[in-house]
Amino acid sequence: MIQTDGTYTLAFPQIGKGDLARVGGKCASLGEMTQAGVAVPPGFAVTTDGYLAMLDKSNLRAEIERHLASVDVEDLDSLDRAAQAIRIRIRSHRMPEAVETAIRTAYASMGADTPVAVRSSATAEDLPDASFAGQQDTYLWVRGADAVVEKVRDCWASLFATRAVAYREKNAIPHIDVNMSVGVQKMVNARAAGVAMTLDPGTGDRTRIVIDASWGLGEMVVSGVVTPDNFSVEKVLMEIIDRKISDKHVEMIGDAERGETVEREVEAPRRTAPCLTDAQVIAVAQLAKRLERLNGCPQDVEWAIDGDLPDGDNLLALQSRPETIWSQKKKAPAASAYATGMMGIVNTLNNPLGGKKKA
Amino acid sequence: MDAMKSMFPSAFEVATPKGAEGWQDLYPYYTHFLPQRRAQDDATFWFCNSQHWPTPFRPFDTVMLDFAIKGLGQYNTRHLLVPPANGVDYRILNGYVYFSPVAVPAEDIEGRVPQFMERAGHYFMNWGDLYAKWKDKVLAKIGELDALNFEVLPEVEPLDVVTGGVGLDSTNQLFDQYDKAIELAYKIWQHHFEFLNLGYAAYLDFFGFMKGQFPSIPDQAIAKMVQGVDSELFRPDDEIKKLARLAVEKGLTAAFDHDSVDAILTALQTSAEGKAWIAQWDAAKDPWFNFTSGNGFYSTDKYWIDHLDIPMGYLKDYIQRVQDGEEIMRPTAKLLAERDRITAEYREMMDDEAQAIFDGKLGLARTVFPYVEDHNFYIEHWALGVFWRKMRQLSKLLKDQGFWENDDDMFFLNRNEVRDVLWDYSAGWAIGVPYRGTAVWPQEIARRRKIYEALAAESPLPALNNPPEVITEPFTIMLWGITSDAIDRWVNAGDDDGALKGMAGSPGVVEGVARVLRSPDQLSELQKGEILVTPVTAPSWAPVFGKIGAAVTDIGGMMSHAAIVCREYGLPAVTGTGNASSRIKTGMRLRVDGNAGTVTILD
Repeated sequence: MIQTDGTYTLAFPQIGKGDLARVGGKCASLGEMTQAGVAVPPGFAVTTDGYLAMLDKSNLRAEIERHLASVDVEDLDSLDRAAQAIRIRIRSHRMPEAVETAIRTAYASMGADTPVAVRSSATAEDLPDASFAGQQDTYLWVRGADAVVEKVRDCWASLFATRAVAYREKNAIPHIDVNMSVGVQKMVNARAAGVAMTLDPGTGDRTRIVIDASWGLGEMVVSGVVTPDNFSVEKVLMEIIDRKISDKHVEMIGDAERGETVEREVEAPRRTAPCLTDAQVIAVAQLAKRLERLNGCPQDVEWAIDGDLPDGDNLLALQSRPETIWSQKKKAPAASAYATGMMGIVNTLNNPLGGKKKA
Repeated sequence: MDAMKSMFPSAFEVATPKGAEGWQDLYPYYTHFLPQRRAQDDATFWFCNSQHWPTPFRPFDTVMLDFAIKGLGQYNTRHLLVPPANGVDYRILNGYVYFSPVAVPAEDIEGRVPQFMERAGHYFMNWGDLYAKWKDKVLAKIGELDALNFEVLPEVEPLDVVTGGVGLDSTNQLFDQYDKAIELAYKIWQHHFEFLNLGYAAYLDFFGFMKGQFPSIPDQAIAKMVQGVDSELFRPDDEIKKLARLAVEKGLTAAFDHDSVDAILTALQTSAEGKAWIAQWDAAKDPWFNFTSGNGFYSTDKYWIDHLDIPMGYLKDYIQRVQDGEEIMRPTAKLLAERDRITAEYREMMDDEAQAIFDGKLGLARTVFPYVEDHNFYIEHWALGVFWRKMRQLSKLLKDQGFWENDDDMFFLNRNEVRDVLWDYSAGWAIGVPYRGTAVWPQEIARRRKIYEALAAESPLPALNNPPEVITEPFTIMLWGITSDAIDRWVNAGDDDGALKGMAGSPGVVEGVARVLRSPDQLSELQKGEILVTPVTAPSWAPVFGKIGAAVTDIGGMMSHAAIVCREYGLPAVTGTGNASSRIKTGMRLRVDGNAGTVTILD
């Protein structure tokens, strides 16, 4: 059990749908998945209350407003200078003691020096522009309470990354309306990882689940450093319809001795071997399908296979968020194009399927 | 491509197999490619229907071809006026049958629509009632067939024929019974097609709608939403499984160590439990052992009820599997739940408007589908099984009169020649002279048998002449899987890298050793885990599906029997490969991909 204070920290099982404003989109999703029984690496959220306490303690709020008041959106240089000044201010301040204690207590209860991922979870992540969500930082393989506290502060600061500030200015989103929660989550020793979309991103086909997967942590897939293996699974029958196995030359893994993630070359036979067995492909697809049902709309799921856990229990969901591109399009063709009853039969006989050659 | 050259040869340029000279004599004139009509016949595209007739005809067996094709045509052309499609024309070349669907001229299609709507609409609206009546009609005809009996002509007419002033003799009985048998077969075939094309049309309509909604939906997903789990076609196999379980439960398995059916039954007779088992076995026989390991279209088809060693062989396999702790019964509750799940999940992916249309089309497809599956048991297995049994009885009777040497030689005569023989028999009997045929038929049958064997030694060509620009005839596509794409595959069959393409009949990927079977008589050669490769399978092969790893057929569409049975048994299947059974040899290692519809020869 992770020990949290219920104010500045909340363990994932304590987080429900109503907590979005306190924990941000990413942690709310992790909490909901945990509550629904989906296997998620354990962890806790540092709530927005912690962020707000930090702002209040040092009167940072006024300072931020002052920095940004003079900024001209079109002048990238001035915007960058202001954003950087705010980040430095956030990083250089001591955290309110109650917040820091809560973080240290929760982290200690996860085990001594447990490697964790520290991820920012902003409250405005549900904005339709998905690229905004990627503006905040994620730190992998963080070990030790001091490092965790520091990375929490870095996450807070990342709210004022130049591009994030520019985005808010452009879209007239008050900076002070966007709050930052931070997720602290047990690091997965990923044997393989990747993303799964519950529709075909190429066609919007909702009968497909499309999986990108590579060796090690999923960051290599997300960042596009490797060409991942690609699997297409029929969503209802749960059959692998298509597979493309790629040359996966590098992987990112945790280095326990150096206490950080490292990139390393993948040795020859493994590079071109599928990184998932067929059973694992189906398990990932089942997980994605379950998350789509849970959330009621197509999802973009990050997942990993943990090398430390036994087969059957080693597939973990790291994140699930709504798919934003196709979900907003109206799908074709209109059903009214189909005749019903006897006219349907007549049309079918007059224009049978298979009568036309495939392209 | 050379514009003057056809993709497939002309029937008039196809060589006669060596030793088969004069094969035309075996079949009626209207099945020949006649020089007098060469222009029309060369301008027509013909495909070999090796799905239903994978081997050449003995002369008598064309009775099934004639009646089936005529029955198929009459509903399209005269009863229902299917707007774009009349019947299917047919010819025999080198013993194999070639089909060509007859399209309705484009300008006449629209005019047929109102009549079709009224006539077909009546069937769709009253499907349940009409289908119940259909079963009554067919069962009555099976009863009449069952009652047929051929009696040897007596040395002397019984006295009461004289004293009763009857004034007629026993030959009338022979003619009556024979004519009635032929007439009943003819009527049975008409009933076969009474609902069939409508059933396919409703299914196609649902199929097309689903493909429109979800262009990438697998064919088998659509089939799974419609197929039932309690088709009567599965009953014979289910009965065998029940008997196997009973034998194990009651501790009777030792009796099955005997080889022959008689020895097994004798051993079972020694205990009360064994007698109870025999009672179950006897009860299962009628009607469920009226089941052929072929398709009912040939006089050589073996029916379980006439060859009890066939079901007994399957039974022994099942007993072994039960003893090994295997669950052999089909998981019907699970299959139903799966069907509901699949249906619900696709439905959820549609908007409200589409859901309403989906409900209507699926409802109709499910209404018609039991007929599409079950008619096969009533007609091909049951009714035709009785017909062939009666014909064999007659052949034996005439053999005993010296007309020929072997029990089944009658099937080397066509049905009209058989009637001539009955006349010969009757007249010779009445006149008091030897039957003339006894001096004619043994030699003629020997000649025909040689021709037949020469024909059977050669595989048919897949098609003749040029295919149309696009194949649009709905039933060709549905029943035979003959699409423009399929024809492209045939044409390009020779020039690839060992991968054969077909239809993704049933999902899954399997590697294993091939066993090529050309006839159901070879079924016992199959070893556990082998990949069955064959021109076409029949549903009655079900018991071997527990043994094999996958199935590959030359021909067959998405609703072909092979695809249906493989999906039911969870086996990968690739259907409609065109020529897998000739390109693949027993013993080759294969990779069968039932998702992609490909078969790869690995060595």
